[in-house]
Amino acid sequence: MAKIVVDVMLKPEILDPQGNAVASALPRLGFTFATSVRQGKRFEIEVAGEPTPAQLAEVEKAAEVLLSNPVIENYVVRVEK
Amino acid sequence: MRVGVVTFPGTLDDRDAARAVRAGGSEAIELWHGDADLKNVDAVILPGGFSYGDYLRCGAISRFAPVMTSIIEQANKGMPLLGICNGFQVLCESHLLPGALTRNSDLHFLCKDQVILIENTNTPWTSSFSKGQEILIPLKNGEGSFQCDDATLALLEGEGRIIARYVGENPNGSRNLIAGITNTRGNVVGLMPHPEHAIDTLTGPSADGLGFFTSILNAMVK
Repeated sequence: MAKIVVDVMLKPEILDPQGNAVASALPRLGFTFATSVRQGKRFEIEVAGEPTPAQLAEVEKAAEVLLSNPVIENYVVRVEK
Repeated sequence: MRVGVVTFPGTLDDRDAARAVRAGGSEAIELWHGDADLKNVDAVILPGGFSYGDYLRCGAISRFAPVMTSIIEQANKGMPLLGICNGFQVLCESHLLPGALTRNSDLHFLCKDQVILIENTNTPWTSSFSKGQEILIPLKNGEGSFQCDDATLALLEGEGRIIARYVGENPNGSRNLIAGITNTRGNVVGLMPHPEHAIDTLTGPSADGLGFFTSILNAMVK
């Protein structure tokens, strides 16, 4: 069984109020390392056996049509070993 | 005049929308998300709420409901279609309208009475208003910040497709204070605030919202 991961992030130019809220909460807990935080979504998709190129192409399509909104988000598809 | 009102799982404002349709002089027809039959309606309203729990993204899953396939097909042929709040989000996810609605800039869920300025009275949903008219209707949303790229914004502005703008302080971070837009053809309208909650002063802050529902009757009678 293999795991295909799709990471979806807001495009850099889109305001991310959730990320900003996290960024402003960190220093209150003494964490001072962050200059910026962006929050995204991660989908873990399991398939039987090693993913075929055809399956990966299907996942790309699903990421484009459903998992992300291309107007505001970018996505990356990868296979996790 | 038959106006369909769609109910998705998690829709909240279908009853108020149907009541507003009747107050505007039309017949309200219930449409169910799982049924592709539009029951010969002349126009459709996608009401507010949290369809499919806002899972994934607001409106992202509703877009693929069987009823939406028929609605998208008819809207592309010119059927008047109004999306309010969550309905607006569904229209953007369906690509019937450009842009996207994202989390309010201050993260708070809004629930207030809001003044908006009507700028385009050429749509079947706004013809009862006069251009430049200010109306007071409720605004209640968590993800109402209208976002799009600069080219789309210039197009919307240039073609007069912004039907309404927020007056005063920007309530949710929407670009250019956009409260509602229409498509190129002018039959599809998306609006973030809620006219269906302002059709009489007994239950709403004004009766200003009624204009959206009398407009649709006028549009069909013409």
